[in-house]
Amino acid sequence: MDSLSRRRFLRISAATIGATAAAGGLAGHLAGQGTATASGPSGLQKIPTFCDICFWKCGAIAYVQDGRLWKIEGNPDDPLSRGRLCPRGTGGVGAHVDDDRLKAPLIRRKQRGEDVWAHVTWDEALGHIAEKMQAIKARYGPEAVALFSHGLGGTFLKHTLKAYGSPNIAAPSFAQCRGPRDVGFHLTFGEEVGSPERTDIRNSRCLVLIGSHLGENMHNTQVQEFGEAIAKGARVIVADPRFSVAASKAHHYLPIKPGTDLALLLAWMHVLVTEGLYDKEYVAQHGFGFEAFAAELTPYTPEWAYPETGITPEVIRETARDMARYRPATLVHPGRHATWYGDDTQRSRAIALLNALLGSWGRKGGFYTPVSMDIPGYPYPPYPKSDKGKVDNPGGRYPFALESITTGIREATITGKPYPIKGWMTYATNLMMALPNEAETIKAIQALDLLVVVDVIPTEMAGWADVVLPESTYLERYDDVNPEVFREPFVSLRQPVVPSPHDQKPNWWIARELAKKLGLESYYPWKTIEEYLEVRLTRAGLSFAELKQKGIIHGPKQPVFYDEGVAPEFPTASGKIDFYSTALRDKGFDPVPKFTRPAEPPEGMFRLLFGRSPVHSFGRTQSNPILNEMMAENEVWLNADVAARLGLEDGRYVRLRNQDGVVSNRVRLKATQRIRPDCAYMVHGFGHTAIRLRRAVGKGASDAQLVTRYQTDPLMGGTGMNVNFVAVEAEA
Amino acid sequence: MARYGMAIDTRTCVGCMDCVVACKTENRVPEGFNRDWIAYEAVGRFPTLHMEIRSERCNHCDNPPCVTCCPTGASHVDQFGRIVLVTHEACIGCKACLASCPYDARFVHPDGYADKCTFCAHRVKDGLDPSCVAVCPTHCFTFGDLDDPNSAVTKALESRTAHPLLPAAGTRPRIFYLD
Repeated sequence: MDSLSRRRFLRISAATIGATAAAGGLAGHLAGQGTATASGPSGLQKIPTFCDICFWKCGAIAYVQDGRLWKIEGNPDDPLSRGRLCPRGTGGVGAHVDDDRLKAPLIRRKQRGEDVWAHVTWDEALGHIAEKMQAIKARYGPEAVALFSHGLGGTFLKHTLKAYGSPNIAAPSFAQCRGPRDVGFHLTFGEEVGSPERTDIRNSRCLVLIGSHLGENMHNTQVQEFGEAIAKGARVIVADPRFSVAASKAHHYLPIKPGTDLALLLAWMHVLVTEGLYDKEYVAQHGFGFEAFAAELTPYTPEWAYPETGITPEVIRETARDMARYRPATLVHPGRHATWYGDDTQRSRAIALLNALLGSWGRKGGFYTPVSMDIPGYPYPPYPKSDKGKVDNPGGRYPFALESITTGIREATITGKPYPIKGWMTYATNLMMALPNEAETIKAIQALDLLVVVDVIPTEMAGWADVVLPESTYLERYDDVNPEVFREPFVSLRQPVVPSPHDQKPNWWIARELAKKLGLESYYPWKTIEEYLEVRLTRAGLSFAELKQKGIIHGPKQPVFYDEGVAPEFPTASGKIDFYSTALRDKGFDPVPKFTRPAEPPEGMFRLLFGRSPVHSFGRTQSNPILNEMMAENEVWLNADVAARLGLEDGRYVRLRNQDGVVSNRVRLKATQRIRPDCAYMVHGFGHTAIRLRRAVGKGASDAQLVTRYQTDPLMGGTGMNVNFVAVEAEA
Repeated sequence: MARYGMAIDTRTCVGCMDCVVACKTENRVPEGFNRDWIAYEAVGRFPTLHMEIRSERCNHCDNPPCVTCCPTGASHVDQFGRIVLVTHEACIGCKACLASCPYDARFVHPDGYADKCTFCAHRVKDGLDPSCVAVCPTHCFTFGDLDDPNSAVTKALESRTAHPLLPAAGTRPRIFYLD
């Protein structure tokens, strides 16, 4: 890495910021003991807000005892949490009390070859950023500054960037996560799956999970409804190379060969069509191009799929018939993190088509039609128009991209084409862990004149920054109002429950002050966030005071299924469900998905797969003292028989070496019967190298570091990351 | 007087540890210790496997060895719901109870006394469920009076087969796992 870097890997050195007082004196009695405030109120306060440990936005109630944060519970009035947070939300207390939080703005005093940071005032930090941004604008135009932002908290920084004149705003949640899924469904039904997913799991009578590991992947409402469906006796079918928690609940566990899900999906559809088990009425009424689609399926018999997937024809037929038996209340879950092999949009489209055959889109137990409350935006002046357009997808080379492509911005930053990118700002996303092939990210960073990182904790990305801005946690700030898009309409509010313990500031304040320094005051007619929220809610005919008190305001109930009166509408190329896609055909892609066999792991290597833990969100919670205690490091899973053959015993430390010679940090081996012999599995987000994350640094291994290769989805630019192979080596 | 116990549904438990985290914040359990935990038990050979996931804690046994062995009477069966509790002031930290518990449910709190699950007696007295029960995203716990034929826990145990942990230890545990 050193040879690559103009900036050596930057460790925010303890020596230069040692003057800051540690938060609380928390050792030994950490949990539930927030920092006391000098003039905090006495007694017990219960303050409604919503969570930000992941991006599900669950309604919560914070309990503050004598000014100290004690615990956080779900808000019973919230349709997402229904009074129960997930373990991460319950452990949100730890985000506030984490003594490794960023505490004050930092500027790297760059003496070439030296890594020296200084604490500065907000005025100096923001003044420095504004000066650099004006210089970039003068030389390259405002488009040369890009923002990478994840989550609701980025609203105001996006506003400032748009006012400054940049159209280049992206989140890894598209090209590194759910993008292919949303494009695949968009091409089929004309609408996306969205977040929260529009899945009616609680009413499903048959639930099919393809690599989707609900229970380990802890999106609260989905896991709650998964439990509900199981309790009601729903049929559960799980295809996964790993015997996941969800697999342990399944009636049918299909130990599928990694990368062959599309073959299984095609064979399932073949069975439904050839046996006449699909919803003929629904398909006749809503489908376009069914005959051509059916003809394309002809070769994909269960016997054809068997050697590809390892799933026997009998099981393929039996599970397909199960799906048909319970339709339309059969939900083939679309998943969420879908960037696996580079043909992910077509795989997701196959999932959409299978649901279409089962008639589950728009039906109870399948997919509901989401609704929301109309909260008008704040009346801002119009943004300046960019004549250069966005940088990430020149010439529309990924014709079906629905959002900006992070890796497209990265590529433009490296090549200077179609135009140069000279400034990056990141908000709540650690690109070193989110984007594949960190060498490319580092190369792009070297082409920058300015890198600003806004975050709560000193991540790897913060280590590369010129300026680091410490944000208040979600428990200490207002964010924009949230009119959720869900199966019932409601609006929720995030509000501060305790003050920030140091010199952290909320993102709205940061964005507004930066805009002022950039001479963009006219874009911030409001002075305080309360004033902004008051205006938005008043325009919607709602009371800010009521929302502050309740945390949630419900809208009038609306129909969400076709049989409740929702009109079936499909804004696709044909205006119907596109079984055969002319949009794809016209751009030279397969109008009906086709299977391509993935490359096999070389001898002695295993396909690297990664997933989620219920107690962590990405790489952003390993420093949280409560969640860290629940899971301090990840393990690499390897089939127990394979491990025995390699002479590697369960629990020992190993290192992973990938096909490009990259070697991981040491990581414990989990030798288990719960995984196929041809792959290795890790929970994502561990193996931190940022030295100021004292609890997390050096704990476990980082899958992101080993993802040096990726397969780009030609339809939408997503980066398929399950294409890396690792050897497992004993750690001395 | 009630006799509190739990039925925990192994079918719906996903092992997410929310019960562990909620207990930790509710009861301010010190860093490095937990009053409850998750056990995974996978049997078989890939891909033919069975796995049981259990949220475990003090079983508040009807025949509690931790109470019998306590030299000071600190460890006791409380009047309230026959919950097994420790009187902090009377505990001398001798660890006899830690050794006697077949479920390894106890630890010595940094303040010097033996500590463990209290069934959140302070919440139950207020008419609330224990925090692990209240937080569970998949609703896999049923808590209540095992002596009340109409309680939800009694009904849950009547409706399904269930097993306690280590019945052979003779402790007569009051937590049952629904199969």
